[in-house]
Formats: sequence, structure tokens, C-alpha cells
Amino acid sequence: MSETYGLLAEFSTPEALMHAAEEAYAAGFRRMDGYAPFPVERLPEALGKKNRLPLLVLIGGILGGGGAYFMEWYANAISYPINIGGRPINSWPSFIPITFELTVLCAGLTAFFASFALNGLPRPHHPLFSIPEFDRASQDRFFLCIETKDPKFHPEATRAFLQRLNPISIMEVPE
Amino acid sequence: MNAPDQSPLTSNFSPSTSPLGYPTNLLAPGQTYESVNKTIADIPLKRAPGPWWVGFIIAFLLLMMFLVAVTWLFFKVVGIWGINIPVAWGFAIVNFVWWVGIAHAGTFISAILLLLFQPWRTAINRFTEAMTLFAVCCAGLMPLLHLGRPWVFYWLFPYPDTMRVWPQFRSPLVWDVFAVGTYFMISLLFWYLGLVPDLATVRDRAKKLWQKKMYAFFALGWRNSAAHWQRHQIAYLLLAGLATPLVLSVHSVVSFDFSVAIVPGWHSTIFPPYFVAGAIYSGFAMSLNIVIPVRKIYHLEHLITDRYLNNMANIMLVTGMIVAYGYFIEALMAWYSGDIFEIYMMINRAFGPYGWVFWTLMLCNVLVPQALWSARIRRNPVLLFIVALFINAGMWIERFVIVITSLHRDYPPAMWAMFYPTKWDWMTLFGSVGLFLTLQFLFIRFVPMISISETRELVAEPEKANTL
Repeated sequence: MSETYGLLAEFSTPEALMHAAEEAYAAGFRRMDGYAPFPVERLPEALGKKNRLPLLVLIGGILGGGGAYFMEWYANAISYPINIGGRPINSWPSFIPITFELTVLCAGLTAFFASFALNGLPRPHHPLFSIPEFDRASQDRFFLCIETKDPKFHPEATRAFLQRLNPISIMEVPE
Repeated sequence: MNAPDQSPLTSNFSPSTSPLGYPTNLLAPGQTYESVNKTIADIPLKRAPGPWWVGFIIAFLLLMMFLVAVTWLFFKVVGIWGINIPVAWGFAIVNFVWWVGIAHAGTFISAILLLLFQPWRTAINRFTEAMTLFAVCCAGLMPLLHLGRPWVFYWLFPYPDTMRVWPQFRSPLVWDVFAVGTYFMISLLFWYLGLVPDLATVRDRAKKLWQKKMYAFFALGWRNSAAHWQRHQIAYLLLAGLATPLVLSVHSVVSFDFSVAIVPGWHSTIFPPYFVAGAIYSGFAMSLNIVIPVRKIYHLEHLITDRYLNNMANIMLVTGMIVAYGYFIEALMAWYSGDIFEIYMMINRAFGPYGWVFWTLMLCNVLVPQALWSARIRRNPVLLFIVALFINAGMWIERFVIVITSLHRDYPPAMWAMFYPTKWDWMTLFGSVGLFLTLQFLFIRFVPMISISETRELVAEPEKANTL
């Protein structure tokens, strides 16, 4: 089985893909993914996908904001104190704008880079790219791929299961 | 198997105008996934049309003029400009504030309208995000050119240097560095994040090998997986949520450059909200000045429908009224303060040597935009384009009025002086327009200029596209 990545079923509408995803999840498949030319609402949940991106972004923002205030305080109150118009050395209101900006910057950088890192991108090649029809996943077709790594995967039984979902076609994806 | 799917997926369309006569369609009837893909994704893959070349060459020549102006500036330093003491902030700062303001519409459309679930951002968000990026590039250059010694601009950043000093973090000018720098980075990430799935579409449609390789490189191997879409959507939403307070903060910080100073005409609490409204006002005007010709040249009327133009015109009308209110409050507060310098500043602004500039501002920013009350004008692309040009000019003049008329006669009359721009000032202004337009033309040529995946969503859910 090592030379096959999985079985790919092709559908023409997001509703058909959604239905297939629910059926496959109910049948006990877990190592699978849906492919659609736009984000289909509730599809990731139907496939049992979870993510922890918001937590990472929150941590990024807190580190950014805390780091910014620390930097301003250290620079203007400890390392090189300057008296500006008799204001307190640690004049926190004037330190807020940069604290805010760097909170946003660090949270934004985390959101961007963590979303790609968790997605395993950039990844120039993937077994699915060897299927010519898969080019349409970015255009007008909807796919469900059940991977051979799934413990419930069986070459004939899984194909028969996908066939019952009434796809346009079923393709075997080589590794 | 690979034949394009031609069957129309959309059928039940509501009528194209509302009872009040406003256009309601965000998408012309009969669009399919394939027609949307073909219209948008094939533009970067095919040869550029004639008007693109004409526009690009003009923009490029202006950019070359900018190069000449900047080279001569580096050679001779800021003395070639018309600035003097007391008017030490001349065109460079006027241009800076103008360009940062223009940038704001992009973030408003892409982030704030996303959070408010407004579907009418779909066809214009990519354009205006690109506009934001390029406008911030132009804006960021201006203070650097004004530095006198632009090669030591990095002194603005906090780093442990051998001089053992740090930036003075209580200064709005240092806040500006962080605000504009963050704004550029976040706009770039937001734009690219939205772009990746569309680059994958272009990659999958490309026939020539070099095109396939180029788009594959920038698409980062995107394969439309549901798990990827989920993280992508969350990251996009979070970036929108972060960009929303950011966009309000950036122009507020820019306005602090003025309002924290004690110059009459600058030292005012109305500045932050009035600057932000003005920023969105000019940004929408610039978006219309770009969207209207591009829509015509590339025949995109079925994707960028009249409803977009109508809504953008409405936003301009609202923000324009806020700006007009700002002008009124400035005059009122000057009178109400009882402060001799504030009162004189206002009289001098309206009736002094620069009075004609002030009244041109009133014409461009207050009088002409009243035409937008008429639905007929909001739906007429040519008239809307002309109104938007007036607003763009008006917003530049507004910054000229704020910067120059406040500085040229502040406190002791012995210090008063006039500011006259030199040809180098004008070349820097129009040259920066050349930089902006060159980048914009390259963007239109090589990048899908409308979000394809979001437009496909509108095709899949026609009821979302056609309700008010």
C-alpha cells in the first residue's frame, strides 16, 4: 500500500462535498481532507479539523505589547533617561502608541506565519498535484481524499464506499 | 474531463434595482465558476491591452521624473525645495499626509467591511489593498526625503548603537515611524494572505511553463485543502480585526504630529477623528479613480457592478460631511477660544495671501461632493470619476492649507514668511504619483486584481450577492 497516497473522489457542488464529508466522518474515516475552490462553511468541522491559531496570535500580541513597553521603558527611563518638559521619566501615556502598534505588528506576523507553518506551507510538491484533474480544485470542482494511512482504509471497500456517494469520478493518487 | 463547466449555477436573481432606484446586484446574472475564473485569472496570463501600455508608459515617465528630482535632492539637499524658516514643513509633509490618507480606504474596505459582513467589498478589496501598499510606499518615502541626511534614517529605529542613545519615545514623530511601518507590514501580509489561493488558481490555469513556475513559486504550494482554508480564514479574520484599530490609529498618530505641537491651527483635539475621516474620504476617491478606468478597459462591469460605485460614492458623501464638519469646528473653536493667535490664524487662512487656496479647498471638498446626493451621478461612472478627481485634489489642498498657512504666520510677525514651491517640489509630487501608478499598473498586469475565490463564493451563494 505504500505506493498509494489515497483515493480521490470528485464532486461538482459544495453541497455534494459537504454530504460526502459527513458520510465519511460517520463511517469512521479520520485521515482525510476536502478540497474546494473557496472555503466551504462548516466543511472543516465536518471533517473533524481543529486549529489553535487564535491562541498563538494572542500570545504573539501579548509578547509584542509587553516587549514594546519594556523597550521604551528601558531605553528612555533606564539606559538613557531624558527629561522632556518635566514629565515623569516613566511617562506611560506617551509610551502607549508604540505599545499598541507593536502589539498589532507581532500579532499580525504571528497570524500570517503561524497559519502557513501549521498548514505545512510552503510545500512545492504534493502527491495530489500528480492528478491532472486536481487542477480544478482551485477552479470549479470539489474533492474528497481519503488517505491510505487511515486505519479504516481498504482499497476495495473504501472505493465502494466513495462510489455510493455518487461522485463524478474516483481516482487513485500515487505517492 | 477538463472541459470548462458552462452550465449556469445561478438562476434566481432579484431585480437589479431596489425600490429606491439603487443598483442591487454585486454580480451580473449568469456568472459561473468558470466565467469568473476566466475573466480574472486570464488577465495576468494574456498579453496586456493597448490602454495598459499607454498608461504604464506615462506612469513610468513620471517615475523617471521622480528619480531625477530625488537624485538632485540627494546631491543638493533640501535647499532645492521652497521650504524656509518658519515654513520648514513643505510639500514633503503635505504629500506624506496625503498618501497615508489615500492608503486608508484599502484597509477600510478589506478589514472593516469584512468584519461588518458587507459583501460589497469582494470585487474591490484586492485593488484597494494594493493601492494601500503602494500609497504607503509613496508616503514613507516623503519624510525620508525630507530628512536632509536620508542615509541615516535607521537612527529612528531602536537598536543598541555605538552612540549609546535611543530614540525619544515620547515624540509623535517616532510614533509615526512605528505606526506607518506597522501599517505597511500588516497591509502587505493581509494582501498576500488573501492572494495565495488566487495565485494557485492562476498557477493551475497557466499553460506556459515559465508562468506556471512563477505563480507556483508565489502560491507556496497552496492546494485548497479544507484544513488549510480553515486556518487561512481564521488568520484572515484575525488580521482584519487587528487592522481595524490599526487603520484608525495610523492617521490619528499622523495627526498628533501636528496637534501635539503648539502652532495655532495645529494644536486642536478635533484632529484625530477629522484626519481619519479625511483619510477614508480621499482613499475612496482614489479607489474610484482607479477602479472606474480599469473596469472599463478590462470589461469587468459584470463583476464590479454599479452597486459598488454607488456604495463607494455613499461612503464618500458621509466622510465628506464629517470633514466639512471638521472645517466648521476648526473655525468655531478658533473663535470660541478667544485666543488672538488662533483667531488671526483662521482669518489669515481664509482671507490672507493663501486665501484663494482655502476657497479652492472649500470648492473641491465641500461644494462639489454635494453632487453625490444625486443617485444619477452616483451611477454615472464618468461624473463619479470627475467628482473623485476633485476630492483627491481637494484633500491634497487641505493638507497644504493645514501645513503651510499655519506655519507661515504663527506668533511674532518678524518671523512671518511666504512659502513658494519650486519646480523640484512639483516634480517630487507628480513623480510620486508616477511611482504609485507604475506599481499599480504592474500589479494589474501580473496579479489577479479581483479576489477570485471570494467571487466564486458569491457565485455559489447568489442570494448573498443580490440582497441589500
